Amino acid sequence: MSKFEFPASIKSRPVYGTLEARPGKHHLMIADAEGAEAIMDIATPDLMAKTHIIFISRGTDYGDKLRALNPAIFYEGPSYAASVPRIQRVLQDAHMGLQVYLTGTEGLMGQAMREAVDAGIPHTAIQTEHRGSVARRMQCVHCKGITEDVETDPFVCAHCGLNLFVRDHYSRRLAAYQGVCIDAEDPGNVPEPKGIYE
Amino acid sequence: MSGAEKIHVRVTEKTPLNALVTRFRFEPVDGGLLPTFSGGAHTVVEMKDGDITRLNPYSLMSDPYDQDAYTISVRRDDEGRGGSLFLHNQVDVGDELTISYPVNLFSLDLRAKKHLMIAGGIGITPFLSQIKQLDRAHGNWELHYACRSEALGSYVDYLTTTHPNDVNVYYDDQDQVIDLENLLDGQPLGTHIYVCGPKGMIDWVRGKAADLGWPREAVHYEEFLAPQPGKPFEVKLAISNKVVQVGEQESLLEAIERAGVDAPYLCRGGACGMCETRVIDYAGNFIHRDHWLEDDEHASGEKIMPCVSRFEGKTLVLDR
Repeated sequence: MSKFEFPASIKSRPVYGTLEARPGKHHLMIADAEGAEAIMDIATPDLMAKTHIIFISRGTDYGDKLRALNPAIFYEGPSYAASVPRIQRVLQDAHMGLQVYLTGTEGLMGQAMREAVDAGIPHTAIQTEHRGSVARRMQCVHCKGITEDVETDPFVCAHCGLNLFVRDHYSRRLAAYQGVCIDAEDPGNVPEPKGIYE
Repeated sequence: MSGAEKIHVRVTEKTPLNALVTRFRFEPVDGGLLPTFSGGAHTVVEMKDGDITRLNPYSLMSDPYDQDAYTISVRRDDEGRGGSLFLHNQVDVGDELTISYPVNLFSLDLRAKKHLMIAGGIGITPFLSQIKQLDRAHGNWELHYACRSEALGSYVDYLTTTHPNDVNVYYDDQDQVIDLENLLDGQPLGTHIYVCGPKGMIDWVRGKAADLGWPREAVHYEEFLAPQPGKPFEVKLAISNKVVQVGEQESLLEAIERAGVDAPYLCRGGACGMCETRVIDYAGNFIHRDHWLEDDEHASGEKIMPCVSRFEGKTLVLDR
């Protein structure tokens, strides 16, 4: 099951769509884990002949399936961080008309979106589709540290150790949701952690 | 009072540029400073021509930071309703006019890494102020300017002298055409297009950009529509409880104003959306000419933009 129906939320929360092939001479697809399935859903030989895929497997075995689509360029990296120099270089050399497709986890889409926007693409022109884990990339509003792949609410900040409440308040600039201390007024009174959407 | 705030100005220069275009310089009557504006802004000039008051928008072409004076360039339209002819023939140095505060519906997107400007004919005017703004900020821009002939190429000499490497001029009568596909293809990521000129040119550029996969948000355009004359018709204004005859040479908005009803407006050219008016009842056909409403809204018979659109038929009742 790689698709998830997100509940309705505040306006700040990103909304993801469904990828569709758009006209253009060059296509950049950035995906992690089950995001590979969204690429496979729209892949055609014509589209793949003009496509650069950047894929982070996160322990899945989709790499070979994507390579079998025969994209113009295929790169598989060990982590998102490891792929950033490549993403930046591709965007630096790109021309208007480049179509950007982001798919997989929210953390990947958010961070890659930030690179694409910094390179000059309006955020509304970048396609996204969520697949796979619903874990969130969280920023602690107190110490500013980022904790990746947060699955429970509340959770413990990986940097300062505070107990943080998982908010739907999202920052495009940080590509992260906001985590706020849940027991500031009554230290130690921390609800039992549960899944973010439970 | 509808529209932007007003400024009283005196015409201090009237400079014919060529057979069709004349430049006017306005300075404030009270000797004070004018507001600064942003490149691409326009002002609405009030013209009292006998019984008719015309309010026509013209792009400001002076330096946006120059608070001593505004300049506009007006192309004479012998077929139009007379606004440009009035300025050309009736307005002279020393005359006083009322103009609006600057309003910008064609501003630069300062997130752009490069500004690609495409102008046709008198559509050059907003770019003149945008270029001055960008030069001050060391912005990255280039201009492609198509005009009918050397004789009618307003500001070609000025532009090519001050910016020889950034300005490209194309003369229709020498069969020079912008090589649009090659111009758009290969522009660096972060380039925004700005196009101002005749409708055909705007449609051409927007269509080609869409074909090449440019985001809609990176393509900006401005086309001022002058209200076109048409058959007279009658309109009932429900809130004001007035019945107004719209003459052949006046717009629906002008007729509403003539009846003493204070209707909202800003651009008076079918672009800004300010004058959008709800239709309560009608029997007949709308002649929609604006860029504001969507096609389905045009078809719905529920809304009209009275600055440029007209009506033909028996009954028209507006929520005004």
